[in-house]
Amino acid sequence: MTKPSQALPIMLTISLLAAVTAGEAGAETLAFTGATIMPVASEPIEDGVLVIEDAEIVAVGAAGSVRVPRNAEVVDATGKVIIPGLVDSHSHIGEVAGADRSAPIQPEARVLDSINVRDAGVRRALAGGVTTANLMSGSGHLMSGQTIYVKLRDGNSIESIAYKRPDGRVAGGMKMANGTNPRRDPPFPGTRAKAAALVRQQFVAAQEYAAKIEAADGDASKMPDRDLGKEALLEVLDGSRMVHHHTHRHDDILTVLRLKEEFGFRVVLHHVSEAHRVADEIAAAGVPVSLIVIDSPGGKLEAQYTDFENAPALERAGAEVGFHTDDYVTDSRLFLRQAAFGVRAGMSREKALEAMTLAGARMLDLEDRIGTLERGKDADFVVLSGDPFSVYTQVLETWVEGVKRFDRSDPDDRAVAEGGFGVLQPSTAFEFHGYAEGHR
Amino acid sequence: MKRLLISLAAACMLPVGAAVAADIAVRGERIYPVTGAPIDNGVVLIRDGRIAAVGPASEVAVPAGIQVVDAAVVTPGLIDAHTVVGMVGYLSQDGDQDQLERSEAMQPELRAVDAYNAREPLIEWLRTFGITTIHSGHGPGEIISGQTLIAKTSGDTVADAVVVPSAMVAATIGEGAVMSGGDARQSPGTRSKVAAMLRAELLKARKYLGDMEASERDDEKDPPTRDLRMESLARVLTGDTPLLVTAHRHNDISTALRIAEEFGIDIVLDGAAESYLLIDEIRAAGIPVVIHPAMARASGERENLSFTTAARLIEAGIPVAFQSGFEGYVPKTRVVLFEAAVTLQHGLSFDQALRAVTIEAARILGIDARVGSIEPGKDGDLALYDGDPFEYTTHAVGTVIDGVLVSNVTK
Repeated sequence: MTKPSQALPIMLTISLLAAVTAGEAGAETLAFTGATIMPVASEPIEDGVLVIEDAEIVAVGAAGSVRVPRNAEVVDATGKVIIPGLVDSHSHIGEVAGADRSAPIQPEARVLDSINVRDAGVRRALAGGVTTANLMSGSGHLMSGQTIYVKLRDGNSIESIAYKRPDGRVAGGMKMANGTNPRRDPPFPGTRAKAAALVRQQFVAAQEYAAKIEAADGDASKMPDRDLGKEALLEVLDGSRMVHHHTHRHDDILTVLRLKEEFGFRVVLHHVSEAHRVADEIAAAGVPVSLIVIDSPGGKLEAQYTDFENAPALERAGAEVGFHTDDYVTDSRLFLRQAAFGVRAGMSREKALEAMTLAGARMLDLEDRIGTLERGKDADFVVLSGDPFSVYTQVLETWVEGVKRFDRSDPDDRAVAEGGFGVLQPSTAFEFHGYAEGHR
Repeated sequence: MKRLLISLAAACMLPVGAAVAADIAVRGERIYPVTGAPIDNGVVLIRDGRIAAVGPASEVAVPAGIQVVDAAVVTPGLIDAHTVVGMVGYLSQDGDQDQLERSEAMQPELRAVDAYNAREPLIEWLRTFGITTIHSGHGPGEIISGQTLIAKTSGDTVADAVVVPSAMVAATIGEGAVMSGGDARQSPGTRSKVAAMLRAELLKARKYLGDMEASERDDEKDPPTRDLRMESLARVLTGDTPLLVTAHRHNDISTALRIAEEFGIDIVLDGAAESYLLIDEIRAAGIPVVIHPAMARASGERENLSFTTAARLIEAGIPVAFQSGFEGYVPKTRVVLFEAAVTLQHGLSFDQALRAVTIEAARILGIDARVGSIEPGKDGDLALYDGDPFEYTTHAVGTVIDGVLVSNVTK
């Protein structure tokens, strides 16, 4: 039995711990001091102060210019670097799945209905500093399903980590692809022209569906039968559901821009191996690009001319640039390496960090909540041991909405960062690109 | 016995083309000879394709008229200790994926030199980053997939490029060699069967070798009918050719050690994802490890891999080299410079990483008399960088092979 004299301090400790871990029981205020803070919204701050209250950032600035509340717990981060939580605009963690092999266009398939939030990929992502991710179905279809934007908070279900749109619905985009991956035997397309025709036909049908709904003018008896696929396509056509488009070759990239022009959807280009060949056209179309850096060209025809130069070429052209992991094509734990290779090829360090954070947030229509360290935004940030673009730098801590979700000093978390026997279980042995989507 | 070894070795010899040897002086703000202390403001002088001198600029005279190249950092040419580059077309098209023959479980008679495409674009890609020597050949996936080769990353033909025509015999132990339900063959269908088939084949080769030796001792006895398969395994049994054993899970690594001991053969462990569980055993057996790419995906039999394995093996005194590995999709090849680099945030020191991609790899491959360090008499192979070679934002700026500047791309 606990002696009465000890009971009170123990209870206090427990309640304090609960407040820290839950981040919601009462106002929890933390002030990180001494670090180099890179807010992205403004110039890097030497000896900066970051103050968070519960799940929100309340102040960012230089030491002396920021009032640290009296009740704040001060965290000494001297010598460290703090950046916004990373936004991975294209990931396949969570054993994500979408369309099946029955048809090339399946907008009704929702990634929402497939995610395993206990997948080890989620922990790898946190170990890499990722706090927000766009979970996508594969590129083996022209349209493989509705993607979902997730916040990597502690959650027991997909609903508990999904971003919600202002109207309360789950936030996400629409995954599309052209080029080599969706080419298969019928009913899949066998040529590029066929692929584009199939997509155009679907959008035309969706336009007609919209016209019927408008003509019904609220009269339920005149409404067309509900069509889950067309309902999702209407969201694409009205701009509330972003298209996330796998594309590599320069002419495939231009085909995406042509279809965007015809149907007026909003689109982010993904992978974009030959972006360096059509950087001006991409910039002129005002279309953002989410790049991946692959360590060698090839692997398939459409990736023949991929080049580290994509990032600086797009920056020079004035296009919005982001990066993604395509996890497990590249490992989320090494996400910062993507932007570092952009810098290697000539991208500015400022744009490279923006690409990993704010640019990704914009691609997911989440820039009001995340992507920078600013008052009022979610308290999502990463504590690094040094320069974000150095191979020697470690991710020390990843914070999501004011909760420390990864802590390298914790042996279990460190094991996730390093790997090891039985660490990444349930296994991420899910060969997403190799088998699930059948596009070798 | 001696006669046998010579004749077997001769069978593997290739006509080696006249290499374009050249003279060049490379000045480095910092030179890492690897087998000696770093030299600031140094010069490497290469004459006739070989290193003639290395030292501080004040001590190494640069002859008039010689080509001079400058770089911030100079290292020995890097070595990729296991790859399939050159065996496999980089666009994954049917008809040029020659890294694995699936018709039989054991085909040690297959020679990489008969498939190696010296003009494959990924060879140039590796060369751009300072990789000057690669150990390439048949990949994992069958119990015995074929003979590997060692080549320089320059040269228009395999004869121009090759350093060692038959370097190792590539083997796979464990689930990597097990047939799946979709395969036409039934065997091997289990781990035990893999080991049993490999042991039976080595026993057959031992008999073949015994018959060969008996015929040499006794003129009355005829040598066995010549068998290419048995000849190549006989060279493994005599210790002339190491067996390169790909094994990832700890039980499969144990099987590799067991078979090496049973037959008294030299093996090199390849991949070895769970080798950190058997450090004492591997060290005691004196077996080197060509570790999987650090950035390999933790899937299948590699699901338990760790970024820290290289550092843990090296700390224990086990020789370790890096490999670009065996990829079927993207990236089609990895780059050992990048693979070694990411272990720097997981316990490996700069010096350990640099040694692993140079002199340690050369020793494991048995070519350290020629490459792996900057020393007089060795091949004139250098890698040039504008900063710390492993840093993400550093550029490779030049590559020298046999005294020829074969790349001056900044990448």
